[in-house]
Amino acid sequence: MTVVTRSISAVSAPPPARFGTPVVAPAKRRWSVLVWFSYFWIGLVVFLAIFASVLPIASIDQVVGPPRQPPQLGSLDTLLGTDGTGRSMLSRLIYGGQVSLVVGSVSALGGVLVGTALGLFAGYFRRGVDWTVTLVADVLLSFPALVLLLAITSIFSPSVPTLLVGLALTSTPTFIRLARANTMAWSSREFVRAARNMGASDGRIVLREILPNVLPTIAAYLPLVVAALIVAEGSLSFLGLGVPPPTPSWGGMINAGATEMRTSPHLVFVPATVLFLTVFALNQAGEHLRLRFDRTLHD
Amino acid sequence: MQQIAVRSTKESECKITFPAELMRSEVLAMWTDVFRRVGYALLVILLVTIGVQALMALAPGSVAEVILGEAATPEAVAAMNSELGYDRPFIVQYLDWLFSALQGDLGVSPITHIPVMEAIMQRLPVTLELAVLALGIALIVAIPLAVFSAAFPNSPLDRGINGVTSAFLSIPAFVAGPVLVYLFAVTMKSLPALGWTPISEGLGENLRSAILPALAVALTEIAAFHRVLRADLIGTLREDYVAAARSKGMSRSYVMFRHAFRPSSFSLLTISGLSLARLIGGTIIVESLFVLPGIGQLISTSIIQRDVVTVQGVVAFIAIGFVVINMVVDLGYGVIDPRVRRAPRARKSPTAAKASGKAVPA
Repeated sequence: MTVVTRSISAVSAPPPARFGTPVVAPAKRRWSVLVWFSYFWIGLVVFLAIFASVLPIASIDQVVGPPRQPPQLGSLDTLLGTDGTGRSMLSRLIYGGQVSLVVGSVSALGGVLVGTALGLFAGYFRRGVDWTVTLVADVLLSFPALVLLLAITSIFSPSVPTLLVGLALTSTPTFIRLARANTMAWSSREFVRAARNMGASDGRIVLREILPNVLPTIAAYLPLVVAALIVAEGSLSFLGLGVPPPTPSWGGMINAGATEMRTSPHLVFVPATVLFLTVFALNQAGEHLRLRFDRTLHD
Repeated sequence: MQQIAVRSTKESECKITFPAELMRSEVLAMWTDVFRRVGYALLVILLVTIGVQALMALAPGSVAEVILGEAATPEAVAAMNSELGYDRPFIVQYLDWLFSALQGDLGVSPITHIPVMEAIMQRLPVTLELAVLALGIALIVAIPLAVFSAAFPNSPLDRGINGVTSAFLSIPAFVAGPVLVYLFAVTMKSLPALGWTPISEGLGENLRSAILPALAVALTEIAAFHRVLRADLIGTLREDYVAAARSKGMSRSYVMFRHAFRPSSFSLLTISGLSLARLIGGTIIVESLFVLPGIGQLISTSIIQRDVVTVQGVVAFIAIGFVVINMVVDLGYGVIDPRVRRAPRARKSPTAAKASGKAVPA
């Protein structure tokens, strides 16, 4: 009797952690300088973008000095110089970063939601569903991303919602393929078979057994996709088909500066450096996360 | 490795007993695979063109409104639309477009009155030259870098090369273009900043005008090629036969080039085919920056003029080219690598999964 009661109390004492956060193995290697720098830079850009309206910087259309002033120490507004009409490069870069980050991450999230759902279905149910979903992904992939984006923005006039839909559409096939491959790998595992033998429904198996295992991989690819989408948004802005003009964007700033590069090269170099560093940091962070969480790389 | 060895011994046994029959079934399997792939590619092309047509049908406003301008009366617009055939049902319009497209007729631009196919053919050589040149630059730079990286993996040299190529991966064409122009055209004044010299006016001049734009789009490809080839080479150098060759006393460089390089170059071949397709779509940026008369410029000008017929034709043309190159690369893979030919369904190699360095082909 005593034994039984004790074992019951022992079981009921620690509540079963069924809804806890997924446990992640600690990193094997120490972070390199580049990874540290990358996370620092991403944090800085995100911080500046979030608190842009609170920061003591000039507004985006306020003239703060003579046009085409090179970067100089002193006043915060002219720290990175002024653009062709004398507006502060620093504040335009910060507000442009806001646009890039919002457009990149929101459309990536859209792509993740649609792509993961389709990939899970395809990888779990196989057969007809798989064939159809793979076909959809192949059709989407056969448009070069920039051409598809150009077509979409030319048909529906360039605006932030159009951009978001177009960019989400271009990032969806990546996530379809990723989710599908990982779902197929996980569905053949013993615990999935065990769950099925215990009578779990398909929905439960997909959502509770497979999805939690697929998510870390997808999350690890997220920075890489956000970087690619920021580049795509920059390319569109560079062609004049991105975010409409009064709103600053990095690609648009590079495009505007390219015409006056002979006299004042900083108009190109400052936004180009910021864009390069951001994309580089996102790529490094993504690579770092991918090496840790992508199980398909460990085989 | 173990499995492949077992399978090959089994097959050689079979060959001793039924050589002719086995050969026939193998050839049959290969041709079934070819037909399956071609059929699938045709299906994708069909869906792509339907998608383009649907996209154009979704567009607010009509071609007639664009041609006649803002001030056109609704009656005039309706008359123009029925004249151009835009008042017919979607499926009829699509089939009409499809049948003329099959005969090589992509329609006539209502704005410039030039047949779309003619406009594409006029500009294709420029874009193709840029893409091939960029591919060549990327291969010439990436292959030695990858060989050095793989010869000394995780050494300071390897890490240095990796750092440089990761930096290249983060330099999109619209950043690289202006910077290259500043370095080579503004500061050093050694290359022209914009414009295109056709090849008929001399190869040297032609290359001088093509090298900067090609370099601008080649940078990201260098990084992608380096990654793939490095990973494959490191994997191959771990194989038993490489160890056997080394233990026979062959030098490291001989083994690297005669034993390891060829079997490691297959995924490089695949992704260079894909990147050629990607480059054809991706030269839009540099063509607009350097003012080159290529396909990309055709797209951007027709987009600005809202010339939907041309946009539709060019997008369909590029997408079809993309699918065809993809398919040819897929099939070519089997021609070059006998292991793939034997087992057409089990071709997913782990290195191919690793090769997806770029998340979104931008």
